[in-house]
This record gives sequence, structure tokens and C-alpha cells, in this order.
Amino acid sequence: MSDPNREAEDFARARRGRNIALALGLVVFVILIFVVTIVRLGGSVAERTF
Amino acid sequence: MAMATAHPTSRVPARWQDYVQLLKPRVMSLVVFTALTGLVCAPAHVNPILGAVAILCIAVGAGASGALNMWYDADIDAAMRRTRGRPVPAGRVQGADALALGVVLSLFSVMLMGMALNWFAAGLLAFTILFYAVVYTMWLKRWTAQNIVIGGLAGALPPVIGWAAATGAAPANAWLLCAIIFMWTPPHFWALSLYTSEDYAKAGVPMLPVVKGAAATRLQVLIYSLMLIPVCVAPAFSGLGGAIYLGVSGLGGLVFLLLAWRLYRSRAGEAADPRNDDGLYDVRAGARDARNLFAFSILYLALLFATLLGEHLMGAAPLELFR
Repeated sequence: MSDPNREAEDFARARRGRNIALALGLVVFVILIFVVTIVRLGGSVAERTF
Repeated sequence: MAMATAHPTSRVPARWQDYVQLLKPRVMSLVVFTALTGLVCAPAHVNPILGAVAILCIAVGAGASGALNMWYDADIDAAMRRTRGRPVPAGRVQGADALALGVVLSLFSVMLMGMALNWFAAGLLAFTILFYAVVYTMWLKRWTAQNIVIGGLAGALPPVIGWAAATGAAPANAWLLCAIIFMWTPPHFWALSLYTSEDYAKAGVPMLPVVKGAAATRLQVLIYSLMLIPVCVAPAFSGLGGAIYLGVSGLGGLVFLLLAWRLYRSRAGEAADPRNDDGLYDVRAGARDARNLFAFSILYLALLFATLLGEHLMGAAPLELFR
């Protein structure tokens, strides 16, 4: 029979891993959108007339 | 219709690696490679960061269609030895989670491609995902023995998307890259199915050896191989490939044809033909010839695209024989 404590520990470890992966994914997503915005708009921003 | 909801309730905690597995990373690596070739061969300068974003979008789009495929095909996957360890049939990931991941990543990849590169490439990417997930997975795969012939279009489109991401257009040379993968898919998968048809028959998937038998499959492999080689050599005459490409595609093509001929003359798939109800499922008869062609087909495609990629990165002049 499986040990319920061990099982809970496994679930917690797996959930923590998923949460960290999701957090990293979100950070990468934000950086990606930022970089794409700079690259796409960079030229236009530099050439703007005031 | 059997759906992904049929899998057992999860008792095993899903790890992040299971979600990565849903994206079929090995297929994704091939897609990245061919899309990169399309992007690099396109006659346009693309900002390296935007180029990397385009490849990321294509990779994520391919992963998304993989997740949608695993959601829908959980019942088939559970019946086959090769796929029963996948996260959904193994009960590590819920079908609904695989579906959600597929939909979210599809939207993400298409929207980012549209905003960062252009909407033509984004449209092609959306079409590819829908074609694989809906036309191939939900319709062709369970319905016709021509499933991988027509469905192969989804796997063949990434170089066109890469090209379109760089230029905003898809000229004949981009479609030539697509044609190479499209024509390569049938002999590649049918060679594999000749020694795994027992699995497909068990899962009720109408692969060619299951429906038409091994001999008809070997003949089809030979016919498609004969049609494939001229298509593979064609870039050397269309201003896309150089002298090295001509050599690699020509010599590799001869080896491909030799292996296809050997397979045709072999008894590959005979004993495993599920219509031969002799109780013997000995898949070893002629399996070596099928395995040889299957393995070489991967090497041949990789060599073709690596050569094109290398020639364009090194600035080697294409042969302009008929231009």
C-alpha cells in the first residue's frame, strides 16, 4: 500500500515544479513582448520628430 | 467517437516535464530545423531577434498541435505500444489540460507571429495548426489509408512559414521545400508502418499496410520514392541549391531508391499483415529493409536541409542552370 505522506510529498514537489515552470514561462513571455516591441518600434522612435 | 476523456483519472502527479512531452519535442526539433532553412534561404534580411521569434512561434505552434493531437488521440495512443506511455493515456495529464495547453499555445504562437513578423506568416501558421489538429487528427487519421499523404502537408509547411516570416510572401522555391517534405512523408511513414502495423491494426488506425496489405504498401513506397528524388534534386535547378546540394541530393537519392527497391523486393510486413490470420505476428520478416529505409529517410531529409542551410549561411552561389 502506498504511503499517504509520501504521496502528498510527491504531489507537492510536482506542483512546485509546475509553478516554477509557469512563472519562468510568464517572465520569458513578458521579456519577449518587450524585446519585440523595442525591435519593431525602435527605428520609428529614433526617427520621430518633436 | 472515442475521445480523450476516456483515460483514467490521474493518481500520478503531473510534472512540468509531462507538459513538455505533450509538445512532442522531437517533432518540434525537425520543424525548427526545416523552418530555419526556409527563413535563411529566403532572399531577404530579417532582424536576427525577429527571426528567432519567428522560429519560436513556429516551434510553439508545432508543439500546440502536438498537444491537441495527444488530447484527441488518447484512445488510440493507449492501444499502441509506441505511444501508451504518453502523458494523457498514462493518466499523468488530464485530457482537458492537454486541450487547454494546445489552444493557449496556438493562440499565443499565431498572435505573436502576426504582431512580430507579418500576418501572412501568422495565417499560414494558423492553417498548419488547424490542418494537423482538425483535418489530420480528427478526420483523416481514422478515416483513410491516405491519412499520412494528405496530413503530411502540415509537416511540410514550416519552411514556407519561415520563408513567409522573412519576406511576407511564399514564392515557388518556398513551395519546393514544402514539396520535398510532402513527398518524403509517405515512404518514410509507410516504411515505419510496415514493421509496426500490428500496433496500428490493434488501435483501429487504417494505415496502408492494415488496409491494403504489405505488398501494396511496398509498391507505394517505391512509387513515392521514384517521385520524391526528382523533387529533392529540383532546388539545384531553381536557383535555391548549389553544387554541394546537387551532389548530396543526387547521391542520397540513389541510395534512397536502392533501399526502396530492396524493400519492394523484400517480404517486409508480410507476417505482420493483420489480414493474414495465421496467428503469427512475427514482424521480423524483411523488417530490416523497412528499418533501413526508415532510418535513411530521416538522414536524407536532414542532409538535404542541412546542405541548403549551410550553403546559404556560407554564401555559396546557387547553380543557375535553368534560370
